[in-house]
Amino acid sequence: MQYLLMLYVQEKGWSKLTPAEQQQGVAAYMAYSEALSKAGALRGSNRLQSTSAATTVRLTDGKPQVLDGPYVESKEQLGGYFLIDVPDLDAAISWASRCPAATHGVVEVRPVWVNPA
Amino acid sequence: MSQSALARADNALTRSTADAVARRSYGKLVAFLAGRTRDVAAAEDALSEAFAAALADWPVKGCPANPEGWLLTVARRKIIDLARHQRSGEAVSAELELLTEGLSAAADEASPAIPDHRLALMFVCAHPAVEVGIRAPLMLQTVLGLEANAIASAFLTSPAAMAKRLVRAKDKIRQAGIPFSVPEYSEIAGRLDAVLDAIYAAFAEGWSDAAGTDAARRELTEEALFLARLATELLPQAPETLGLLSLMLHAEARRRARRSSDGEYVPLAEQDPGLWDWPLIAEAEALLKRAGALRTIGRYQLEAALQSAHVHRRHSGRENWPSVALLYDALWELTGSPVVAINRAVAIAELRGAAAGLAALPDATDDERLAEYQPYWAARADLLARTGAHAEAQRAYEMAIGLERDPAVRRFLQRRQAAPKIE
Repeated sequence: MQYLLMLYVQEKGWSKLTPAEQQQGVAAYMAYSEALSKAGALRGSNRLQSTSAATTVRLTDGKPQVLDGPYVESKEQLGGYFLIDVPDLDAAISWASRCPAATHGVVEVRPVWVNPA
Repeated sequence: MSQSALARADNALTRSTADAVARRSYGKLVAFLAGRTRDVAAAEDALSEAFAAALADWPVKGCPANPEGWLLTVARRKIIDLARHQRSGEAVSAELELLTEGLSAAADEASPAIPDHRLALMFVCAHPAVEVGIRAPLMLQTVLGLEANAIASAFLTSPAAMAKRLVRAKDKIRQAGIPFSVPEYSEIAGRLDAVLDAIYAAFAEGWSDAAGTDAARRELTEEALFLARLATELLPQAPETLGLLSLMLHAEARRRARRSSDGEYVPLAEQDPGLWDWPLIAEAEALLKRAGALRTIGRYQLEAALQSAHVHRRHSGRENWPSVALLYDALWELTGSPVVAINRAVAIAELRGAAAGLAALPDATDDERLAEYQPYWAARADLLARTGAHAEAQRAYEMAIGLERDPAVRRFLQRRQAAPKIE
């Protein structure tokens, strides 16, 4: 089954880190990504730019309404994701718990929709 | 015997065979059918159709030699029909292959052994991804086949709300891909706690009907005992499983003594040990001993040991408050539960006086859960009265009485409140 691991972290926290800490953080994510890939579980991954770069779009009365900013203002923001393919939820939870974001934020585990053929 | 009487007798026999198979095999069949598809609801639907077919078929053709195998064959056919109906093309043939493989071997009437995956099913029901409050109802439904209506009444919720929550939990199991497996050895300890907690929650719900007037709730303690026994059979080397069953048997053994002949509440200290079920107590003690030999302590073993200590004190007439207090200390260390803190304070009061007990009692202003917990106010009232703080004791009794839902316990507290002040 495919699961999307969504990483919610406080994006302001990043800029408060020293360059050495930032480097350490990047290395942790790279190692994690490498481990996923070696296990044959990684299907895709991206880090997102901060919510200040976000734009929200919705159609109202047929007209697109474009708003500056993220959809939800929250303490933690979606900062990136890993798409993984593992046998079951327990395996997905186990990978989520190893993700560096689980230490300084929250990882939401969501199964990917499968069309019933 | 007339034809119709014969038919009635046959029907009764068929029904009782079907009931017996249902009781013994329901969870086994659900676990086996759902194990491959992770679809508990579909397995239950197929199985209930199979039971309906059995009630129509068996009185006519006689009970099959392997009723479980018969039910499994029919249920499997229903599941496959349903899958065919919902899907088409190649995806379904791959899935059907998965479904039939193994299922046909197990349904073979000649080989009666259906692998027992009920433990895996229990771990599914108590999975951390399943909402805590629905785990016990889910287990009662999927492992024992209880109807949502009966579960709802036992848990004091509306049948519609309970049914909705059960459906939601089963959807979650299927959609999130919760595995039907017993966790690895390294993880089993943490995950087993959730299974045992759910069994104990079912027991506690049934237990709160002390008068035994509500059949649905009284039966719940029996169903929970069945689950606990099943867990000890499936995991005979898990000390906490043995501890839980021991604890539950100790409580069950005193059921009759909890009420006087005229329905009044009788506290443990005033119960007649002659009314206790001693064979059940002996079984509880043996289980606790077996658990102790495995040398890993846990919450349920400590609680069972406390029950054992209470029984010994009442039976022998010898005070054992030092060991009771020690056990509560250990339990408090382990759980940090405010309920444990209350009982610990009561034991300390017996050991070192009411003032010491009162000092050890947690403060409801620090923990709002306590503010609405009847036993907290009852313990507080009793300790206050014993230190001579009668006005405060009266107020605490008022709180306890106002929070109690059982009229017999309310009357007991009112008698305590009105008791003459012995100072």
